[in-house]
Amino acid sequence: MKKISGAQAFIEALRQEDVKDVFGYPGGAVLDIFDAIMDADDIRFILTRHEQGAVHAADGYARATGRVGVCVVTSGPGATNTVTGIATACMDSIPLVVFTGQVSTHLIGNDAFQEADIVGITRPCTKHNYLVKDIEDLGKVIKEAFYIARTGRPGPVLVDIPKNIQQSMVGFKYPDTVRMESYSPTFKGHIGQIKRILSVILKSKKPVIYAGGGVILSNGSEELTAFARAMKIPVTTTLMGMGCFPSGDPLSLGMLGMHGTYAANLSVTNCDCLIAMGARFDDRVTGKVDDFAPKAKIVHIDIDPTSISKNVRVDLPIVGDCRSVLKDMLSELARKPDEVSELHSQIAQWLDQTAAWKREQPLRYCQGEDVIKPQYVVEMIDELAPDDAIISTEVGQNQMWTAQFYKFNEPRLFLTSGGLGTMGYGFPAAIGAQVAYPGRTVIDIAGDGSIQMNIQEIATAVQYNLPVKVMILNNGYLGMVRQWQSLFYKGRYSHTSMAVSPDFVKLAEAYGAHGIRVEKPSMVKDAIRRALEIKGPVFVDFVVHPEEDVYPMVPAGAPICNMLLV
Amino acid sequence: MRHAISVLVENQAGVLSRVVGLFSGRGFNIESLSVAPTLDPSKSKVIITTTGNEQVLEQIKKQLNKLINVIKVVDCAGKDYVEREMIVIKVKAEQETRAEVLRIAEIFRAKVIDISPNSYTLSLTGDKSKLEGFIEILTPIGILDFVRTGTVVMEREMQGRRKLS
Repeated sequence: MKKISGAQAFIEALRQEDVKDVFGYPGGAVLDIFDAIMDADDIRFILTRHEQGAVHAADGYARATGRVGVCVVTSGPGATNTVTGIATACMDSIPLVVFTGQVSTHLIGNDAFQEADIVGITRPCTKHNYLVKDIEDLGKVIKEAFYIARTGRPGPVLVDIPKNIQQSMVGFKYPDTVRMESYSPTFKGHIGQIKRILSVILKSKKPVIYAGGGVILSNGSEELTAFARAMKIPVTTTLMGMGCFPSGDPLSLGMLGMHGTYAANLSVTNCDCLIAMGARFDDRVTGKVDDFAPKAKIVHIDIDPTSISKNVRVDLPIVGDCRSVLKDMLSELARKPDEVSELHSQIAQWLDQTAAWKREQPLRYCQGEDVIKPQYVVEMIDELAPDDAIISTEVGQNQMWTAQFYKFNEPRLFLTSGGLGTMGYGFPAAIGAQVAYPGRTVIDIAGDGSIQMNIQEIATAVQYNLPVKVMILNNGYLGMVRQWQSLFYKGRYSHTSMAVSPDFVKLAEAYGAHGIRVEKPSMVKDAIRRALEIKGPVFVDFVVHPEEDVYPMVPAGAPICNMLLV
Repeated sequence: MRHAISVLVENQAGVLSRVVGLFSGRGFNIESLSVAPTLDPSKSKVIITTTGNEQVLEQIKKQLNKLINVIKVVDCAGKDYVEREMIVIKVKAEQETRAEVLRIAEIFRAKVIDISPNSYTLSLTGDKSKLEGFIEILTPIGILDFVRTGTVVMEREMQGRRKLS
């Protein structure tokens, strides 16, 4: 067998995994890999301006496409800079493989230059990680890394490759299959349990579906939609589940939880059967756990057994891939047309009730003539952007307003850091999505605080001509923290005023991008239209009401039916 | 309730750190821990004794199973199993108590493994309650120091039969 270097073997492994795009940043311990990347014309490399940006970009790429996102960074600080990105992906179950360079094996543990124990550091925030100590293991490790990242409950995997391993010569053959005694996630749900669950649902009078990111990760949105429509069961989604059920559908209740809709929170509180799918009963969803769906039999479909009965007791659990379980449920249902129509008649009153809640307290805001309301900007973006536009957000008020007012009708159009809540996620994630889909509209809805956390990535967008549109809802505050201070800390705004921010228009222009400032409500639509027409990256700085709050809001730890509505 | 959990893992660097890190990261308690390679040297057995209610134990077992290097998790509670731990204990042995210490050692079937003009060092193997009884009896005489190995457990071959020890 012809011998090649570890670095060349690495490239060959990426080819075998059908990797087309890699995000990253070079450095001393990955010089050999970067040298090999230079010859790999079939793999596009995107140089970000910070390693955190590289990981978020790979994450946005993965969320938008469903493929595994890939990064390559150097050892030490390069590796530690990836930690926030990796933790973000881990909390939201996003498949990534992050390759880090490491000092040569004989130097490991010596506090060598740019040495960090990145495997130790990332152990709790990766699905799994590896240090490659023998060149003969390289192929097997990379094969396993991709397999672990995308199967079961997906997640980030880190592979640490010492410099001497990249330089050693090996007769390389990439393995065809993975054999792991200790890892075999359950994919197919137990059919007996599926039948039991269906019989409980068919007997219910007030059912609600609570759908999360797992539905999107399993590509089960179509099946979920078919299931909900066939049964006529209303659907509420989590932040991560946005788009897994069309928000325009009459059965859609919108998002639930802390900033969920009145209808969703009341429906969950009053239902007699809660069907959780690919969701994990996060505290931002449940509020006070004891009062979460207190009258309901709880059904939980999830691929990860640890999610079941972790926060809330579950009556009928089923471990399996959401899409696979939904398919089995649909084929079971096809055999029970009479019971389904019986269900329809016994839940008719409940559907009237949930529809009434939607009418009583819709999401709302008041747009006057002088000051731009952030919600209005989001609604206008929704109106003017194409149906297949990909929307990312930062974290905070911008994220909640987007979840509330942008109507997602398809999966994989909404990229947001749900679990970790990472400010600075949205812009690089949008860049990653734009790399995957150069022809589509990609918009980051940002705040003036969070955009500054990874603002350097504008250089990446300009360098690779990625026409990402950044819509900054500029209220001059870290708005969500300010909102909490206003409501729960006697209005003492401790360090939440962004007293100094750059002139975003000039900043964009300084990087070779476009900038637009909007100060009047009447100019909002025109500005969005102009931004969408420009064939390059654009920052639009919307000067919005400084103290607009996100409502409804459930105070932390309260039952989710206790909503502050205005 | 106290549970002994037996975790079969791949015998590789860093695996113990994953197991222990899981306990500290999720706020679970480790009462004792013992680790060694098994009959198949590519695998190690980690035995953890821990306490918690049913829900906590359920999470511990699921989270352990989720670790990629973990092959099998067995909770011995509710099963028939044998349990052993070893203690090495240094006891004050002055003129007037030397005979007493030896007598106690004999009753517990402990061994004298080191001796000095003022002390005996004894070793004893048994389950947790036997070791703790031994410590209790020796306390008035004067314990200078002790070390314990942590519990090891093994399921009985014939489940549901009368206990032999």
